[in-house]
Amino acid sequence: MSRRGFLGVAAAGLAGAVLAPGIQLIEIAQAASAGGPASAGASAKVRWGMLIDTTKCAEGCTDCVTACNTENGLAPATRSTDPQWIRKIEIKEIKTGRTASLPVMCQHCADPPCVDVCPTGASFKRADGIVLVDRHSCIGCRYCMMACPYKARSFVHEPLTEQKRDVPRGKGCVESCTLCVHRLDQGDKTTACAEACSQAGHGAIVFGDLNDPASEISLRLRAATSTQLRADLRLDPGVRYQGL
Amino acid sequence: MLHIAALLTMLAALVAGSSALAGDGRTPRPVIEPATAGTQCVEPSDVMRRYHMRFLEHQRDDTVRGGVRGAKYSLKDCIDCHASAKNASVARAETNFCVSCHSYAAVRIDCFECHTSKSPKLAQGATK
Repeated sequence: MSRRGFLGVAAAGLAGAVLAPGIQLIEIAQAASAGGPASAGASAKVRWGMLIDTTKCAEGCTDCVTACNTENGLAPATRSTDPQWIRKIEIKEIKTGRTASLPVMCQHCADPPCVDVCPTGASFKRADGIVLVDRHSCIGCRYCMMACPYKARSFVHEPLTEQKRDVPRGKGCVESCTLCVHRLDQGDKTTACAEACSQAGHGAIVFGDLNDPASEISLRLRAATSTQLRADLRLDPGVRYQGL
Repeated sequence: MLHIAALLTMLAALVAGSSALAGDGRTPRPVIEPATAGTQCVEPSDVMRRYHMRFLEHQRDDTVRGGVRGAKYSLKDCIDCHASAKNASVARAETNFCVSCHSYAAVRIDCFECHTSKSPKLAQGATK
């Protein structure tokens, strides 16, 4: 049992001892109905990352983008200013004519420039390496959008309604890929895009813990060459690409 | 005498006009929708009335920055018990739980510009 879990149970026990018998029953019923004890929280032992095999990523396929939109309650982007957390790009080497198709999203850098420039501390990196925006303190200055070399962040220009329960979003804040943090916190071990990609049979996205030497992503990264986008900036992104 | 009667009628009209307000004393009070039957709040009502914003603010930092979810003062749990049986929301209509009090106290809340105010448990049965 985790320290937090133990404290929670100990506190519940104490409350039960102090209060009248009737209240005690209600307290326990409440603790059970509220979805059990709180989750353990982000651990610094983990570093979440992604490996994208561009040789398996099909041109024109947007399954990951669709899955991301569905999971996070984003409307499909129709204008260049619409929020988009993951986008598909096609690249071509002019000399040889070789093309590749790949998704680009927040690269969850170990040294994120968006965090460096944020004037309010809203942009931050979690213990497990996920780079997020705390919308409670985001003032919408968009400095992070300018600092990001991957164009990963979007600004919400329009008022929103019908947000997902797990993904609060609103006008006036910057946002980007969260690596489906709400799923990870609840014990899920994959993201919507990776899940959709493997379900569609492509298997181009591998999600996992970069710090765990036995995880699939670590084994794959050890076995084959991978590329960091804009490796020259030395940001140590958590998203790596193969076959570029 | 006539003056007093007129004043009383005026007062009565005022009270009747503001249907969202109630109270037997001189001070009108907001009508607050009761929580879902059979549920128990995490703190006594008087504590929640005074300190709910502190509980929520403290826990939101643990959740957003620390990734701790489902702790005691969860906004989701608030919504689940307090959402209206009519529209499954705590903030859509003037009579809904959060809004009834906050409009009375003239304190604007931003929570539901980003967070959904609806409870999925009630949303299936309720009309929009």
